[in-house]
Amino acid sequence: MLDFQFFIEVLVGGLLSGLMYSLVALGFVLIYKASGVFNFAQGAMVFFAVLSFVGFMELGLPFWGALPVTVVLMVIVGMATERFVLRPLVNQNENTLLMATIGLAFVIEGVAQMVWGVDVRRLDLGIKDEPISWLADKTGVFVSQLDITAGVVAGVMVAALGLLFSRTKVGRGLRAVADDPAAALSIGIPLKHIWMLVWAAAGVVALVAGMLWGARSGVQFALVLLALKALPVLIIGGFTSVPGVIVAGLIVGGSEKLAEVYIGPSFGGGIEGWFPYMLAVLFLLIRPEGLFGEKIIRRV
Amino acid sequence: MFYREAGQFRTTYAQDTQLLPLREDRVGMAFMLIIAFGVIPFVASDYWLSALLIPWLILALVALGQNILMGYAGQLSLGAAGFMAVGAFACYNLILRVDGIPFVVAIALSGVCSALVGIVFGLPSLRIRGLYLAVATLASQFFIVWALDKFGWFKNYDVAGVITAQQIVIFGHTFATPQEKYWVVLVIVAALTWAAKNMARGSIGRGWMAVRDMDVAAEVTGLPLMRTKLQAFAISSFYCGVGGALFAFAYLQTVEPSAFTIELSFRILFMVIIGGLGTILGSFLGAGFILLTPIFLNILFHAIFGKAVDATITSALEQVIFGVMIIAFLIFEPHGLARMWQQTKERLRLWPFPH
Repeated sequence: MLDFQFFIEVLVGGLLSGLMYSLVALGFVLIYKASGVFNFAQGAMVFFAVLSFVGFMELGLPFWGALPVTVVLMVIVGMATERFVLRPLVNQNENTLLMATIGLAFVIEGVAQMVWGVDVRRLDLGIKDEPISWLADKTGVFVSQLDITAGVVAGVMVAALGLLFSRTKVGRGLRAVADDPAAALSIGIPLKHIWMLVWAAAGVVALVAGMLWGARSGVQFALVLLALKALPVLIIGGFTSVPGVIVAGLIVGGSEKLAEVYIGPSFGGGIEGWFPYMLAVLFLLIRPEGLFGEKIIRRV
Repeated sequence: MFYREAGQFRTTYAQDTQLLPLREDRVGMAFMLIIAFGVIPFVASDYWLSALLIPWLILALVALGQNILMGYAGQLSLGAAGFMAVGAFACYNLILRVDGIPFVVAIALSGVCSALVGIVFGLPSLRIRGLYLAVATLASQFFIVWALDKFGWFKNYDVAGVITAQQIVIFGHTFATPQEKYWVVLVIVAALTWAAKNMARGSIGRGWMAVRDMDVAAEVTGLPLMRTKLQAFAISSFYCGVGGALFAFAYLQTVEPSAFTIELSFRILFMVIIGGLGTILGSFLGAGFILLTPIFLNILFHAIFGKAVDATITSALEQVIFGVMIIAFLIFEPHGLARMWQQTKERLRLWPFPH
């Protein structure tokens, strides 16, 4: 019985932390879906967003004052990225775009550290990273409040973005642009506005992800590396699928923690670092476009 | 005026297929080799040799490997440092466990080890393409470094984690000074560069480029896709492995997994981008550029700010400038430094005359 409780605890903890990966991956999907850019800088944006948020709070702004300021800042960063990095590179192949965003990641990380310094900061959202007591009392399973919150936030964001893509006029425009930019342009969809909008939205998603990650593990440079973990989530789910991100996040989070706890000790631990990537490779061998990605049809 | 091909005719097939068909190129190459072998080691100080020239040559070799995979065969990979680590540890273990193995053989075999690992991690490329593959290659990076760190056998059960690399001994002579190490590195790099140039312009390289440009079309025209892709992975990893072994033995003097992080992989990627995708020369120019820029910026900042500004700020500023340069290169000169050199050469044909 105790073993089973422990198993559930590990599994639930893993699933919920997987949802936090999903939050980061969501920013990737948003941009890829609308502009075909694989935004490697999403992790850097997460770091930059939360660091700025904490920085503004240190400058004396209250929580609800710092939040809108950071949102505005992220919108500006997103728009500037679109204007100065991606617009000149329009119609380049996707590898070039990927490399440009790696360069962008360097810039954003550098600016963040220049402006706010390299110290590790604490972020207090008022949500404790402690087990929920009534749940622990009733079932003996320890689940952190913060994890639950992250899960709920991730779910809400995905639902909201899903609605945005499928139900609104802007969303339809986004999908049209993703499908064929030239055709979308020819029927009067304002391409530049759409792209700016997407980058701004990705900035906001990055802020939300960053705040939850920051509350969990401190606001520090390591957040950039954590964001790399979003990549396997992304490729398992498929680059173009919003719900896929959630499912893949659950798969990655759950299996990574279970593997670490049950298989890890026989290898001396630390397999969390690469397990998600290997899992992603295995998934891709069976479905090269991810679980929910659009089928890649190749023609000569 | 100084660089023109007028009057140089190719009258035999041998002349037509030679590596440097122009006299100017041959003279220039001979001149460069003489300087590299005979002048630099005697003129350059130990600091220049061990902190700049040796790492430059080694990283150029690794960039060449990355370029084979990425520039010629079109398979984007983010795991070059992982394969370097394989090479470094293979070399360490070969020298440690095989009695009396010659250093050159150990280096070559560590390249082979790396190539075998490369083939294994190249297998997904048969089914996964493009960006999905790029993310999948991250698996090799993280897995290899983890495995080397976790399994004590690779490190000979050394607990400190930092292993001193053995001496480089060739034909009973110990190559210990920076000058001697420079020669060892230079010979290996020159030989492998020559081999790469010939592979790239021969049928092997054409196969890679066909796969890069359109793999389905290449397959339809009768190119064995699996063999070509795995060949590219193997040869690329071989170069990375040899480079990694030299990196550990001739440059760092230590063998440790933490030297081969994902940051190193990114740096190698940038070398290839800035140098020029699909060019041999670009690997060398790119490696030099990426290696020298931080040093140059460091000196510059020191001169401007002195000690007034915190080191963390200057290193962050350095990172920003780096990122901006990469973006600028992609926007303004996507073909990299090698293309710039090409254009300079074109100008030199006419200079100083207008026509």
